[in-house]
Amino acid sequence: MEFLNYAIDLVAVLMLALGIKRLSKVRSARAANQLAAVAMALAVVGLLISYVGVPSFDGEAWLWIILGSVVGGVLGAITAQRVPMTSMPETVALFNGCGGMSSLLVALAAALFPGTLDDGTLVAVVSIVISVFVGSITFTGSIVAMAKLQGWLATPDWMQSKLRHLVNIALAVVCLVAAIKLIASNGESQGALWLLVVASGLLGIGVTLPIGGADMPVVISLLNSYSGVAAAAAGFVVGSQLLIVAGAMVGAAGLILTQVMCDGMNRSLVSVLFGGALGASAGSGGGGGEYTNITSCSVEECALTLEAAERVVIVPGYGLAVAQAQHTLREVTRSLEAAGIQVDYAIHPVAGRMPGHMNVLLAEADVPYEQLKEMDVINPDFPATDVVLVLGANDVVNPQAKSDPNSPLYGMPVLDVQQARTVFVVKRGMSAGYSGIKNDLFELANTSMVFGDAKKVLGDLLGELKELGVGKK
Amino acid sequence: MDSNFVEFLWVLLLGSLLGLELIGKVPPTLHTPLMSGANAISGITVLAALTAIIKADGSIPLLVLGSVSLGFALFNVIGGFLVTDRMLAMFSRKSARQENR
Repeated sequence: MEFLNYAIDLVAVLMLALGIKRLSKVRSARAANQLAAVAMALAVVGLLISYVGVPSFDGEAWLWIILGSVVGGVLGAITAQRVPMTSMPETVALFNGCGGMSSLLVALAAALFPGTLDDGTLVAVVSIVISVFVGSITFTGSIVAMAKLQGWLATPDWMQSKLRHLVNIALAVVCLVAAIKLIASNGESQGALWLLVVASGLLGIGVTLPIGGADMPVVISLLNSYSGVAAAAAGFVVGSQLLIVAGAMVGAAGLILTQVMCDGMNRSLVSVLFGGALGASAGSGGGGGEYTNITSCSVEECALTLEAAERVVIVPGYGLAVAQAQHTLREVTRSLEAAGIQVDYAIHPVAGRMPGHMNVLLAEADVPYEQLKEMDVINPDFPATDVVLVLGANDVVNPQAKSDPNSPLYGMPVLDVQQARTVFVVKRGMSAGYSGIKNDLFELANTSMVFGDAKKVLGDLLGELKELGVGKK
Repeated sequence: MDSNFVEFLWVLLLGSLLGLELIGKVPPTLHTPLMSGANAISGITVLAALTAIIKADGSIPLLVLGSVSLGFALFNVIGGFLVTDRMLAMFSRKSARQENR
């Protein structure tokens, strides 16, 4: 019987690892996700089998298992089906926070009822401390991240000041003291336990709250990594190798992803975590200034130029996602394609709100996967491009990043849209992008601004194109 | 626990290395689905929650804690896998149609 359990665990780990690996290819990704889900189910079945015959595994235990499963599972399924694709980042944050909460509760249970889950050794107590600390930070941090992305929460002014560093350091010290006290009392000091729960929870809020919206995906990714660490720590508490492996894999995954996102934005993790919102410091200082030489044009002119083009590149950005204009965009590009115009989409690594988020949004609107071109692929093509349509993107098309060594953006990889013959920038107004930095692109001679909400502009554009007979045989 | 502990540390180390190796090669396109999928896997704490319930031995506070923990974990797991599937369904539907052409 024991052999069977080892075998099941081993197969489950293998399937999870294979699942993560195969998630890296578009063709196999969906099957890989299903494989991971099956692995999870297998792990649960394996665990239940291993406790068959244990006296405490009775009808009452089953009742509580079913109760928890049904409530959590049904709510999870409903959330997953209902949530719109544009809210993916906050959804991941919410799920992630709940994972952290689960680890926290298990650690709490182990601490409050010593001897039932753990064996009361030093290792177990330290594992409990780590699980409580990381689990609590993950929960509050994820919830704050979600609330900020949803716009439910704004950053209070004092949180933007240096004062927050003092507050967070104080909270960290309290956590450390509580942790030491808890370990010294061999896990028996309930006061220290609750202090640790509260202080680490507040620390999660204090660290996440000052971070600007643009950096939030990085934070979610980091918190995703934390939830893996919390799971691994819970694995040490209850003595489950499977938990440790899976938690460690997720922890490592989150770290890699976090690093990739930071690279894409030319930000270091340290500056994301401790620098606060970039806009607050950079907006007034370097790279600022008024726009002097802006050309704006009507939707009609834009349509006429598009009609005459042979090659069009779309640069979708955060603004497109916010306006939920991806479907309208798809209709516009359909009529252009029907007129024999080659249309591609230039996807900056951090377009949208997360790496890959824009791909998901465009896929939802039925854009063929092959038309989505990554930055390195599309950049050499811009000189041969007739029209570039920038939709709600800003910093990712700022030529300053390559031309001005004094710019805060200098060094960030950008799309070289200014090399195209004509650039249209669809934007609500002249407000700065996330970075708060002036965009030199807007002043170039071959750039025209089309002011308005991305969805409305695209709708009007579609109308104009129809009037011109573009795409009609 | 001591020999176990060393064993667990090895598991932790190898699991971390495995994660770094597996995930280092994902194209940016799939990062959001991957993050969501990895996040669902972190809900593996269902195992810890189940253990808590089974070992509670009739202690109501422990049963409640375990059950709530199980609920949170399953919310993460089921929601995470379903939402990842929803995202990936769009990609695979796309490539399937391309092949049919």
